[in-house]
Amino acid sequence: MSTTYTRDDTGPARPPGGPAGRRLSVRSVLVWTAVALAGAVAWTVLALSRGETVSALWILFAALCSYAIAYRFYARFIARTVLRTDDRRATPAERLHNGVDFDVTDRRVLFGHHFAAIAGAGPLVGPVLAAQMGYLPGTIWIVVGVIFAGAVQDLTVLFFSMRRNGKSLGQMVREEIGVVGGVAALIAVFAIMIIILAVLALIVVNALAESPWGVFSIALTIPIALFMGLYLRRLRPGRVLEATGIGVVLLLLAIIGGGWVQESALADALTLSKEWLVLALVVYGFVASVLPVWLLLTPRDYLSTFMKVGVIVLLALSLLIARPVLQADAITDFAREGTGPVFAGSLFPFVFITIACGALSGFHALIASGTTPKMVAKESQVRLIGYGGMLMESFVAISALIAACVIDQGLYFAMNSPAGATGGAVESAATFVQGFGFDTSAQDLAAAAAAVQEPTLISRTGGAPTLAVGISQIFSDAFGGNLQAFWYHFAIMFEALFILTAVDAGTRVGRFMLQDTIGNVWKKFGDLSWRPGNVIASAVVVGLWGSVLYIGVTDPLGGVNQLFPLFGIANQLLAAIALTLVTVLLIKHGKLRYAWVTGIPLAWDLIVTMTASWQKVFSDVPAIGYFAQADRYRDARDAGQLLAPAKDQGQMDQVVFNSTLNGVLQSLFAVLVLVVVVNAVVVIARAVRAGGLPTTEEPAVPSALVEPSGLFATAEEKRAQADHERLVGSGGGQQ
Amino acid sequence: MTAADVRSAVVRAGRGVRWYLREWSGEARWDDHLRECAAHGHAPLTRREFERRRSDAIERNPVSRCC
Repeated sequence: MSTTYTRDDTGPARPPGGPAGRRLSVRSVLVWTAVALAGAVAWTVLALSRGETVSALWILFAALCSYAIAYRFYARFIARTVLRTDDRRATPAERLHNGVDFDVTDRRVLFGHHFAAIAGAGPLVGPVLAAQMGYLPGTIWIVVGVIFAGAVQDLTVLFFSMRRNGKSLGQMVREEIGVVGGVAALIAVFAIMIIILAVLALIVVNALAESPWGVFSIALTIPIALFMGLYLRRLRPGRVLEATGIGVVLLLLAIIGGGWVQESALADALTLSKEWLVLALVVYGFVASVLPVWLLLTPRDYLSTFMKVGVIVLLALSLLIARPVLQADAITDFAREGTGPVFAGSLFPFVFITIACGALSGFHALIASGTTPKMVAKESQVRLIGYGGMLMESFVAISALIAACVIDQGLYFAMNSPAGATGGAVESAATFVQGFGFDTSAQDLAAAAAAVQEPTLISRTGGAPTLAVGISQIFSDAFGGNLQAFWYHFAIMFEALFILTAVDAGTRVGRFMLQDTIGNVWKKFGDLSWRPGNVIASAVVVGLWGSVLYIGVTDPLGGVNQLFPLFGIANQLLAAIALTLVTVLLIKHGKLRYAWVTGIPLAWDLIVTMTASWQKVFSDVPAIGYFAQADRYRDARDAGQLLAPAKDQGQMDQVVFNSTLNGVLQSLFAVLVLVVVVNAVVVIARAVRAGGLPTTEEPAVPSALVEPSGLFATAEEKRAQADHERLVGSGGGQQ
Repeated sequence: MTAADVRSAVVRAGRGVRWYLREWSGEARWDDHLRECAAHGHAPLTRREFERRRSDAIERNPVSRCC
């Protein structure tokens, strides 16, 4: 940097973005050196241990130390030097305050809102599946990925959207890159959302199928939410905490009740096949989308968020108490050979695709543009909310990875390999995993199922049951009391609850998107209060994800095995669109020399997603390439043969159809993203030549607010706030 | 540290948690409304009417939940 501060400056030099970046005090040099050393030791232990017992806490410490350093130094560099957040500028929340969507919100409260919105099942499921490659690749990517890609994306998108009054990702792509890119981005966002909803629903179906306990407790969440909704509407309006407290108690009773139901005559009636669960979910999704939100969606959301945060905190604490030992290898042979049964493909690119949300999630760009930026009080707070929020999400992913790596690895593979591979019974599954060199016996597999009181754990794919087994083991170790079955169903309930919340909220967002888009040509359809429009749009969205879900559930090759890569690639492609947008914006703002901050993660993400897409489309290995798979089954079918795991001619047709469809979707996503990128390259070339281009950034308006920027207010910030409140009179809020 | 110190720390922490949960859940918006009405000399809405308007606003602004 060429900035110089002359000696006759009055007062300390203050770059925009708050108090000057003073030299570090001796104390903070010591503290940060200690953090760096602790992190380095933890990483060294993880990297060098082979064939000995390694405590899972090393993963936890390696991650936490890395996060702390990244937040303190890299996030601060991005906020202050690259983006130049400016607290003298009023945010949209301050300028356009309307108490509805534009609303100045305390940074800590907004952090909670933002985290609740971004955290979902992805960071829990992805790392569990990626554990088939060992604990090390997953750990490294979750930590490195979040620091240099995921959190950077969330932070920069949040910042640029905030500077544009909270415009959505699609809108910004259209205005800043071009109409072609904008249309491609719009279609991509909608299509990707459908896939994501279908895969999320698939995880729930796999977790609940043949489990009367799970079905009973999850089904009860609906009447519980309806009760809360009516309570808040009619009995005691606005008493959210009271209603949520009652709801959580009822929820715990529903889990306990499930244990009794499982032993009772009702068990048979509640043992549902996957097909019936699909139907139930589709009907539920449709009803939830047309009902008023106060009745079902809002109360469910409170419940699911409380459960989510509660379980995450509990998991972190119990890891510290139980101090489990890693059972997985650092790197398995599947990482090198790409022949793993959980998902096919080698470490590069598929570990990055599979982990997805815990390290980098394109879906976050939809939340970081739109809702959150309209509520930020001070520009510099985007570091805490955007970057900090994503670090938290990454921490969740790390906890999930640990949970998958501390269970018996023979059990892990028996649970996560498709039924076509394990044969579905304990004996055949034991033989199958013994083939990989595990000494897990049929008795062990049966005992593991009995411990959590499930009929079977074989081929319970999707990640949720594995995570629940891991969590139940860690919780029982930590708290004692032989409650493993309760904890298992508690964990299933918590996952299913917030996946369903994501599914119904996503259906609704998809419905709005569809109504908005079609509203451009047919005005009446865009009117959100027009009933027939709501019903038609809801039916279309539910119908779309419902059919993909049905295809996944009935896929002879295993839905998760086939669809999860599509989900991961879709999510990472969305991230590519978001990173392209922010890179274009940096260059348009004349910050070419800092474009690497988003440019490097973008380049990496494009390499990963395009390689993965290429392999999924063009690979001639049938386990990897969708079209190669379709060809293999088509040739066999035409020759009148049956190929395992297909059991009849109908299933052969199904494999051919599904693989072709997946291949087409895969190609479509990749092409849409390439359209956005090519359009962006044109704009970048123009901007580089001109040394910058005008953007749609709102002009600066001076701010009248004084608020701290980090999680904890510094002494200086407290003084400034007190001074300000003396001058203008207190706003009344607690500090 | 005396027992009184501990007690006051616990009370402060409890108050902080309650403040956070009320802010986060939106319960505190009612207090904001009352305060604003008092400051401007308007008559406040009934709680029922206020919450109804708030939930109608949420109806039009869907919250996204991520994967």
